Amino acid sequence: MSTLIALARALAVERGAAQPCCAVRHVHISDRPLVFVPLALAGEAGAPLAAMVGDRPQAARLLTVPEPRDRDQRFAFAAELAAIVLDYIGRYLSREETVNVREPRVRFADAPQLLLPNPAGLAFTRLLGRSTRFRRTEGPYAVPENVPLLGRWLTFFAERAEVPPSSLTLPVTQALALHWATGQSPLEDLNLGALLGWIDPPPGLTGAQAAARAEDPVRCPPAGPATDPTFDNEVLELRLLAVRTARATGDGRAMRRAKDALAQALATQLTPAWTLMWRAVELLRTLPPGAHVSSRWDADKDAFTWHAGQIRDGGPPQPRRDSAVSAARRLAGLEKTQAEYAVQRAFDDPLMMAEYRMTGEAFAGTVTAAEPDRVDATGRRRVLRPRVIVETDDVVLAVPGTVLTSPARPSQQARVVSVTSAGNRTAVLLELKGGMGRALTPEPGSVPETGEAVCYATFGDGFQRLPDFPAPEDTPWTHGGPPAPYVPADDDAREAWS
Amino acid sequence: MTSAAELAARATEEILAGLETAERGVVVDSPPGAGKSTLVVAAAYRLAGAGEPVMVVAQTNEQVDDLTSRLAGARPQLRIGRLAASDYVPSPRIARHPNVTVAVSAADLAGCPVVTGTAHKWALVRDAFWPWAIVDEAYQMRSDLLLRVAGRFGRALFVGDPGQLDPFSAVQTERWTGLTWDPMQSAVAVLLRHNPDIGVRRLSVSWRLPEPAAELVSEAFYPFTGFRSGSRAEQRRMAFTAASFGKNACDLTLEMAARTGWALHELPARHTVRTDEGAVTACAALAARLLQRGPVIYSERAVAGAPVTADRVAVGTAHRDQAQAIRARLRADGLAGVTVDTANSLQGREFDVVIVLHPLSGRRDATAFHLEAGRLCVLTSRHRHACIVVARAGIPGLLDAHPSAEPVHLNVPVKFPDGWEANQAVMARLQPWKVRAP
Repeated sequence: MSTLIALARALAVERGAAQPCCAVRHVHISDRPLVFVPLALAGEAGAPLAAMVGDRPQAARLLTVPEPRDRDQRFAFAAELAAIVLDYIGRYLSREETVNVREPRVRFADAPQLLLPNPAGLAFTRLLGRSTRFRRTEGPYAVPENVPLLGRWLTFFAERAEVPPSSLTLPVTQALALHWATGQSPLEDLNLGALLGWIDPPPGLTGAQAAARAEDPVRCPPAGPATDPTFDNEVLELRLLAVRTARATGDGRAMRRAKDALAQALATQLTPAWTLMWRAVELLRTLPPGAHVSSRWDADKDAFTWHAGQIRDGGPPQPRRDSAVSAARRLAGLEKTQAEYAVQRAFDDPLMMAEYRMTGEAFAGTVTAAEPDRVDATGRRRVLRPRVIVETDDVVLAVPGTVLTSPARPSQQARVVSVTSAGNRTAVLLELKGGMGRALTPEPGSVPETGEAVCYATFGDGFQRLPDFPAPEDTPWTHGGPPAPYVPADDDAREAWS
Repeated sequence: MTSAAELAARATEEILAGLETAERGVVVDSPPGAGKSTLVVAAAYRLAGAGEPVMVVAQTNEQVDDLTSRLAGARPQLRIGRLAASDYVPSPRIARHPNVTVAVSAADLAGCPVVTGTAHKWALVRDAFWPWAIVDEAYQMRSDLLLRVAGRFGRALFVGDPGQLDPFSAVQTERWTGLTWDPMQSAVAVLLRHNPDIGVRRLSVSWRLPEPAAELVSEAFYPFTGFRSGSRAEQRRMAFTAASFGKNACDLTLEMAARTGWALHELPARHTVRTDEGAVTACAALAARLLQRGPVIYSERAVAGAPVTADRVAVGTAHRDQAQAIRARLRADGLAGVTVDTANSLQGREFDVVIVLHPLSGRRDATAFHLEAGRLCVLTSRHRHACIVVARAGIPGLLDAHPSAEPVHLNVPVKFPDGWEANQAVMARLQPWKVRAP
């Protein structure tokens, strides 16, 4: 936890309400996100019990599994869910847009967005995808046609969530905790009800009181996938027993009654979380989006287009494990995007930049002198190299020779010529390069003027190339040699421990 | 009893002889300061002498320059290629060797029997092949980098220190945990999991660490593959030319360190922020006082004594902001020459006296980062003469309150030593050398 976040949390306690720690929203929120609140059966790994799913607050669909230990019913649930999810995704598979003027390519004009209550809900989604994507639609233990397809999409959503800047799949607690600091621990922030209690307490309550209320599972059932154990023991157990009895006796009317009663009980557990999810979406929408949010969403659209193409072209499902080369390549991609994401957030958001100003990696100040027409004639060619002096009260760790970037002019490099300190005030002499047009006089506005408030950071958002890796068939001996090509088999869906 | 020098010479000879019969390669584990570079240089000659071109891979430009100048200095007739990025400026120690050719492209170094470069530079070389590679600091190299380089060579000698910091990634994911080719693991870990028949050999004499240090470091961080010091206790000595003035804690600590090779400068217990004012001041004050008192060291290299200058003193920390705070304090005192850096940056370097800000000092919790055995091992094994650990009191209690609770994963080999245990061992061993500071 950085010092600023620690301060924000302390303030939240003192003031009784969560404190914003971002000036802008850093995630994309779709106009029609698909909200998915799953519940799992306790004690049975990855067994779905119920889910509430839909892309509008008033259009909640409740899916239940009357006998969660029955594998057939599990896949019937998956088929029902698949109908909803695939229909939702299908709506994004029609509108296309052409991008990149030089090398035009076509991608879908928008992408779906999956919202889950918390990281555990995401982990459940990943498991559900893993347990369905390798299923066969013919032969023994065949599943409905759309189940493996659902598995591939859920896997895609879950894998995309690992990419830091992606908004395609968002655990809502994570998105909220990124923008608000509460007066409780990060562990307690995983409780959607308590987190929203701090951020948006009901009238008459402080954040702490609202959060404490939300911790009562009777008043605010947990947002899944784990259910409240008291509910399990006192309600769920009896309702499941009624279903089991009705099935054993073959009584159709009793069965219907038992199923209805079960669905009713599960709805009481899911509806509060459903309401909270949409409240969270509303709250996130109130924040203005950061400048880089749309370009990051473009990357999500690219990923969506790519995966839709994989499915359309009959590609194999995502492998259970990454090969040596794809693991390394994926890690390189993750490292690159994570670094870019951190820089973009700092450039978009003065509150994020403040963290770097605290550590001396950035400073903000005022231009006290500017020489915008300065030309360097010492080299082979006369070049425009304006100089400015920035005075700041921040800590400056940059030394002469360091290249800095300003969020206001990201394409311009500022090289530190000298740093002079007097008391707490530091004057930094900067020499500017690039981003000023081609002539020997800078374009208007491209050089900061005297009196302008500026910020300079020791990091820039320049493009970084991804490293090259060998082709999978050239995997060297140090990494086990080339992997065997994938051949679909009946055992694909079997886990090593099952 | 055989002398340390004979022991070391025999081990090196065995490793070199083993190269000829190795099918795929050899891994050599080396404790701190055990003559790793000497081995690399000897192996490069041996292989190049047998007519097999060698590529030498190190992790940083600093390390490559170091190896290159040692190679070039010892055999002036051997042509050595130094592969470097286009913006590389040869340091003076490279430029003074006429037998070193610096080039951006491997094709320009075709005639050189030995070509050196960083792993990142080698990863960019294409369509070239060397029968042999020597990979230095292989435990610091991440396996995904080895993946990019491994296509360039047939057989390889991997040399490194398993007790140092593992490579790391800013990306937090368990996606690859348990995979044999986990890209976040070290190059050696992945290599050995796929090639279990590759022999692992050990160097077992540390030429850097003085006897008391070798004992502690070996016991705490290399519990199953111990090593000994190449020097005897009476060979290494530190004395001060200026007498102490009164009896302040800094002087007591310095005298303890001069006498025993270790000192624990213990500040009163307190929970603090990372850049603990008291600890930062103590580190800077100890460094300043040390240099004021004109320390002279006596060792097998300098029997008649040599002064300790600022560039032979280092302060090591866990975090960058701590290093920055100490650096700023020393700069204000006019001691910019003292190296202040994090454990990651101090890896592979050597000093006469090292002052360590203990990673757990003043903390409320002991996270995996702060418990990592490699971090403390790097910090406490950089010195030739003395190591001073600065810490707030209460670390053993903190450790007891935070037993190691890292999850155990399937298919992940257990790594020794456990950070918690190593930290306990070091604190327990340091107790006799404790000096209480106000």
